[in-house]
Amino acid sequence: MLSKITSCALLGINGYIVEVETDISNGLPAFDIVGLPDSAVRESRERVRSAIKNSGFNFPINRITVNLAPADTRKEGPFFDLPIAIGILAATEQLKTDKLKQIAIIGELSLNGDVKPVTGVLSMAYSLQKRGFKKLLCPLENAEEAAIVEGVQVYPIKNLKESVDFLNGEKHIPAFSIDIKNYLYNNSNIEVDFSEVKGQENIKRAFEVAAAGHHNIIMIGPPGSGKTMIARRMPSILPAMTFEEAVEVTKIYSSAGLLPNSRPLIVNRPFRAPHHTISAAGMVGGGRMPKPGEVSLAHFGVLFLDEMPEFRRDVLEVLRQPLEDEIVTITRVNATITYPAKFLLIGSMNPCPCGFLWSEKHECSCTPNQIQRYISKISGPLLDRVDIHIEVPAVEFKDLEENIESETSDSIRKRVDSARMVQLQRYKNLPFLYNSQLTPRYIQRFCRLNKPCKKMIKDAFDKLGLSARAYNRILKVARTIADLDMSENIREEHLAEAIQYRNLDRKFWI
Amino acid sequence: MSDTKYWVALSCIKGIGSQKFQMILKHFNSIKNFWHAEGHEVKEVFGMNQKICNTILKYRETINPDEEMDKINSMGVKVLTLNDEDYPCNLKNIYDPPPVLYVKGNLKKQDEISVAIVGSRKATVYGKVIAEKLARELSEYGITIVSGMAIGIDSCAHKGAISGNARTIAVLGTGIDIVYPRRNASLMQKIIEHGAVVTEFPLGTTPLPQNFPARNRIISGLSLGTIVVEASERSGALITADFALQQGREVFAVPGNVTSKYSTGCNRLIKQGAKLVEGVFDVLDELGIVYEKISNEIKDIAENKLNDEEKEILEMISYQSSPVDSIIRHSRFSAGKVKAVLTSLEMKGLIRSLPGSSYIRI
Ligand SMILES: Nc1ncnc2c1ncn2[C@@H]1O[C@H](COP(=O)(O)OP(=O)(O)OP(=O)(O)O)[C@@H](O)[C@H]1O
Ligand SMILES: [Zn+2]
Repeated sequence: MLSKITSCALLGINGYIVEVETDISNGLPAFDIVGLPDSAVRESRERVRSAIKNSGFNFPINRITVNLAPADTRKEGPFFDLPIAIGILAATEQLKTDKLKQIAIIGELSLNGDVKPVTGVLSMAYSLQKRGFKKLLCPLENAEEAAIVEGVQVYPIKNLKESVDFLNGEKHIPAFSIDIKNYLYNNSNIEVDFSEVKGQENIKRAFEVAAAGHHNIIMIGPPGSGKTMIARRMPSILPAMTFEEAVEVTKIYSSAGLLPNSRPLIVNRPFRAPHHTISAAGMVGGGRMPKPGEVSLAHFGVLFLDEMPEFRRDVLEVLRQPLEDEIVTITRVNATITYPAKFLLIGSMNPCPCGFLWSEKHECSCTPNQIQRYISKISGPLLDRVDIHIEVPAVEFKDLEENIESETSDSIRKRVDSARMVQLQRYKNLPFLYNSQLTPRYIQRFCRLNKPCKKMIKDAFDKLGLSARAYNRILKVARTIADLDMSENIREEHLAEAIQYRNLDRKFWI
Repeated sequence: MSDTKYWVALSCIKGIGSQKFQMILKHFNSIKNFWHAEGHEVKEVFGMNQKICNTILKYRETINPDEEMDKINSMGVKVLTLNDEDYPCNLKNIYDPPPVLYVKGNLKKQDEISVAIVGSRKATVYGKVIAEKLARELSEYGITIVSGMAIGIDSCAHKGAISGNARTIAVLGTGIDIVYPRRNASLMQKIIEHGAVVTEFPLGTTPLPQNFPARNRIISGLSLGTIVVEASERSGALITADFALQQGREVFAVPGNVTSKYSTGCNRLIKQGAKLVEGVFDVLDELGIVYEKISNEIKDIAENKLNDEEKEILEMISYQSSPVDSIIRHSRFSAGKVKAVLTSLEMKGLIRSLPGSSYIRI
């Protein structure tokens, strides 16, 4: 007898449909899985055998061949346990097959027949929707996530026995449904707020500009000056994510197995702060079972690299592709996987290895060469993709105690939102969204300078010792400042402020 | 044709300093004669010292004076020998003046009124600001600023003079074709435009540690006095001060915090009798230079041209440095506006940005 079950698998963050065909024939007892299974898929034979027996069914003593189609893609992960088990039961007529045509099945089995959650269900459910599938049988824990996909009815199940009962029509399981609006609007309470940062108006303004034009930013300041605290608050002033963005982020987290149980849809912009000991694979993704890296987990959000010069050189190096292309590509034997990786980079560093270079209270113990080496670790191609540099002074304790009104994230975000709208309008039919993405050709077109501005920027290079590579970056940032000011043209004051954000070019510490 | 190429060739030989040049000149009347002299004549000059004779005889074969000179000319480098009229007068008067000076840029008669400003490579913000300010203010009185183009205090001294649009001279511890430290390449170019870069070392000389003390005698030797701005216990700047004393020039020191290790050297100099410097007048008085500003008051003109916002914010910035945050907090303008005004004040030369987001009025 032959049975056919529809299931799904994951490639990168996208799902695709896999047909699980099971054939039972006479011959020496054997159990084979063909169609490019990886070792995890092959292991499912043992789980399926035990689960079937332990759920009170018969495991056939015949020749069993399972084919996973399409056969040209490598199948990874434990998604097929449940469909294979159901397939065997169907092929041996231990269950009614009439419902199987319209229903897709995903799930891992434990030896006792319980169904365990799997990663990437959201993406798989989307692939079903695309192919017109209306019903999905999936692990209970994944039901909420799958139910986000409109038009797919989700039936959550706990174990193999329950699945069989449901397919036989002996047990009624209601389709799981959720209210997406509920997630989108009720869950967007971000726990941190800019109003908690006392003083530091200078840096807050720089963050506002960075958020408005999607400019990468680097902070230079002594330890404990609040760099981490400020960076954490960046997501709170970025525009809220759209539903499509939320789905894309959720797909990434789901495929990495990092979706929190309480939150089937990620609606807040991610904030990732990997430690400086991270490997290149951890940063951009990869590994034997490919997983998205930090750059993808920061998709549509913020990637914060604290103590940036401490990161390994090869790790900083691999950041270049995602910064440039907004994706990462991982090459495998049988496939190339791409993960989206469009993030805002925030870097932080001390002014010198010991951190006390600017301090009046502590003495810095670094030699000029050490300082130079420290700074040069982040210079070059990486620094070329950072538009805004800002120095963070050590906060005076009295400033922290003083009760000064600080602006809330909400009120800053309103300005950011309007500036983003201006950019969306201006770049309507162009292949980019924000000022930070302007290429030299478009800088010429959209960042025109009038006469006084031209004179100012020339003077700035002569008198302030800016390096030539700063030029385009200053123009882009000036464009954003003008947009925050709702000004069609870049004026002198916009340009003058933009010039403030190029400290690292000015080599002040030499 | 002058003798210059032979001077250059001879100075390329290790171990031939100004003393030996003098001996040779006395004996042969010119370096050219010496270059073409027979082996035994050469030996006559140096008498017992066989080693130096052999070195000279050996090197004479390998060095082609014309080729050396062509190379120098092609680089736009000028050479001054001790016999040249243009050789700096102050330097000629020291005990061991370099026989040959390689020059990029121009040395002028007026550079005789010059002061050296030196200090540690690793300096505090305070030290750097003082160095720059002193250099700039001295240069307003027509004084040429001499220093060593090292990072830290030296660079600030040069920058101060350049920002005052005045003259400055850098003395190198390398060949004139070597940029050291590398990151000062653009500063070096500016110094050449505003004065000169000089060295006694032949082309291609790398920055060997032993070159720098010798170089320091030229820094003090070119100048009427040497100001040490910040020096720790064992800073090379103290060597320069020692040379200045030996050469009979003035030594000045800027006092520092008694607890700061960056100033132990300076404070000790003061204890030993160096002139304490609080401002330009301490220097001008000691050197007997009349108070007559020549580069007229760019600053006052700039200050008069400010708009109201600029005036208001300038008033909020102290001569001791003010953090940007407190300027923003105490002004009635937005953070963005304040930052824009700060840029424009800095470009007008009225304030200077300091590390750690603060500004100082200058
Ligand atoms: N402006 C501020 N307002 C309120 N609290 C602050 C401010 N700056 C610092 N703090 C407090 O000081 C602590 C240290 O700040 P934080 O860890 O962000 O410093 P940092 O610069 O990131 O230091 P590190 O060098 O360790 O990264 C914070 O947890 C916060 O409580
Ligand atoms: Zn340090």
